[in-house]
Amino acid sequence: MVMKKLAVWKFTSCDGCQLSLLDLEDELLEIDKNFVISYFLEASSRSPDPPFDISLVEGSITTEEAKRKIIEIRNHSSILITIGACATAGGIQALRNFASLQTAKERVYPQPELINVLPTSLPISQYVQVDYELQGCPINKQQLLSVLYSFLFGFRPSLNSGSVCMECKMRGTPCVMVSSKTLCLGPVTHAGCGAICPSFGRGCYGCYGPKETPNSPSLSRWAKEKLSIESTVLKQAFHTFNCIADGFKRFDEED
Amino acid sequence: MARFGSNKFKITKRELQSILDALKRKGFKTIGPTVSKDAIVYEEIDSLNDLPIGIGDEQEAGSYRLKKRTDATLFGFASSPHSWKQFLFPAQEKIFSIHQPTEKTSPPLIDPSVRQDPPLAFIGVRSCDLQAIAIQNRVFLEGPYSHAGYKSKAKGLFILAVNCAYPSATCFCSSMGTGPRAKSGFDLLVTEILNGQKEPFYLIEAGSSQGEEIIAQIEKTDATEEDLKKEKDVIQNAEKQIHRRIETQGIKELFYNNLQHPRWEEIAQRCLSCANCTFVCPTCFCSTLIDIPKKAQEIERWMVWDSCFTLNFTHTPAGSVRKSVLSRYRQWMTHKLASWIDQFGISGCVGCGRCITWCPVGIDITEEAEIIRKTSPVKTPS
Ligand code: SF4
Ligand code: SF4
Ligand code: SF4
Ligand code: SF4
Repeated sequence: MVMKKLAVWKFTSCDGCQLSLLDLEDELLEIDKNFVISYFLEASSRSPDPPFDISLVEGSITTEEAKRKIIEIRNHSSILITIGACATAGGIQALRNFASLQTAKERVYPQPELINVLPTSLPISQYVQVDYELQGCPINKQQLLSVLYSFLFGFRPSLNSGSVCMECKMRGTPCVMVSSKTLCLGPVTHAGCGAICPSFGRGCYGCYGPKETPNSPSLSRWAKEKLSIESTVLKQAFHTFNCIADGFKRFDEED
Repeated sequence: MARFGSNKFKITKRELQSILDALKRKGFKTIGPTVSKDAIVYEEIDSLNDLPIGIGDEQEAGSYRLKKRTDATLFGFASSPHSWKQFLFPAQEKIFSIHQPTEKTSPPLIDPSVRQDPPLAFIGVRSCDLQAIAIQNRVFLEGPYSHAGYKSKAKGLFILAVNCAYPSATCFCSSMGTGPRAKSGFDLLVTEILNGQKEPFYLIEAGSSQGEEIIAQIEKTDATEEDLKKEKDVIQNAEKQIHRRIETQGIKELFYNNLQHPRWEEIAQRCLSCANCTFVCPTCFCSTLIDIPKKAQEIERWMVWDSCFTLNFTHTPAGSVRKSVLSRYRQWMTHKLASWIDQFGISGCVGCGRCITWCPVGIDITEEAEIIRKTSPVKTPS
């Protein structure tokens, strides 16, 4: 088998998704046998040596410099995979897209004039073509492995793009929304985490972002009418890590 | 052929426990209802003390609550978020793994995943679910191809059924002709009878020679006329509690004639395409195969539940055939109530009400079927 050359990139993000790669402990040795990890700052200070077979990209685009860099990365990569909510949906930092940049800067930094950023935090796909998106905050390390090996073997990775409810039912958790009126974003959220939160009696926080064909307005209507969830609580629930993703952004507006 | 069901006996709770013990001695893994968090689920049970003693449920579309009863029933509740299918047709099951041998020229090694699980004994199966098991037996075991995993589990299955005494508000078995009285498909059948302030007692009958053998070993008395009357009352009371229904007269034609009905669009506005209804349904049988690369030299193939509510379900090189939620909901309901009849000669719905209770937005198959019937432009004889 031909070794694939891999690079891992970071933009505006917390590093959590890259860490899932390091978290693969047992499998890391295997990965090393099949991939040349050519650039990965979390693991080595080696400088990039393009071109790359696969680039894994973490983080959202928030600066002019990042805009230039992502185009360069795209040009040097056969396959570009975004990992995590920041890279695929702009991340929690995209909350500032809803407010004025100046106000946001002033709230956070003592010297806002030193902060030179774009007015928006946007996903990678807004700037370059993305071959594969792994949703989640953070991503699921098994999925990452599965995607990497699928490219090695040349077949489509089998990831479920349906709801978290599917995983919830598969592990036998009785639905928290039905049995205890707990707001849960599972029915509109992309599978991948294995429905961890409902198994602890919590509603899904929507870390994995919208599933295919999400119907958030219907869920919102039900939450307000039947579960007595207030509009502000509903907004806080939808506007987190995937706040600007289609399907979560306008969570209670009908088309 | 021996005729079963003619002899009914009266037994105490202690004897019911000894049946459980006998099954365990024979090597069965006993699975029954038990309370877990906010619901009654099916899990491995050791003794009758694991059952939901004195616990009932209140169910409505999109809502389920446990409630304390004022008696000490073992079976004082209705359908659960779980169904027995998860034991015969697990949500995810490994089919095989493939290894690449170190010698590059030799063929890959296929390692079939053969598991020797202990035989299962289901304790407390209701009539609707007996019918659901019969339907899945037909799907997985009959015809030219059978499902090896299902077969190995269904083969040695022992069923202790219970006549349903406390249907929930979402049940509609009576209109589907599947309950509340259990008629066949069990080894033993029990009816729980309240006994004032005292512990309930049980009427028991055999439905198979294996069931008869077990009855032969326990302490019992013949059921009296009075006992049988009480049993009848239990069933009649249960029937009276069932208010939801689906009119099944000409139902196949009704749906086939209404594929363009405007109601589908209205349901699609509400439906989340979350697939909960298909996963809680005891008869839905769809699955997909996924390949999980474990290491570069090893891939596992798994069979996992799938649902007609996902886009991938109808994926073709040209994209998904059922893109709209409308077409996916319509597929689910039309398959359950109409095309299943063409496919298997029987309805795909047993009226257990699970899909109504566990739909996160309370979509009700009985209500939708009624609306379509009432507003159908083509009249179906009823
Ligand atoms: S608990 Fe949440 S994820 Fe699980 S079935 Fe209910 S709505 Fe879906
Ligand atoms: S369609 Fe609904 S009511 Fe009918 S068997 Fe399935 S879950 Fe039960
Ligand atoms: S209703 Fe859907 S999931 Fe259920 S058996 Fe039919 S096609 Fe499969
Ligand atoms: S009918 Fe209900 S449970 Fe079924 S997919 Fe639609 S919203 Fe989910």
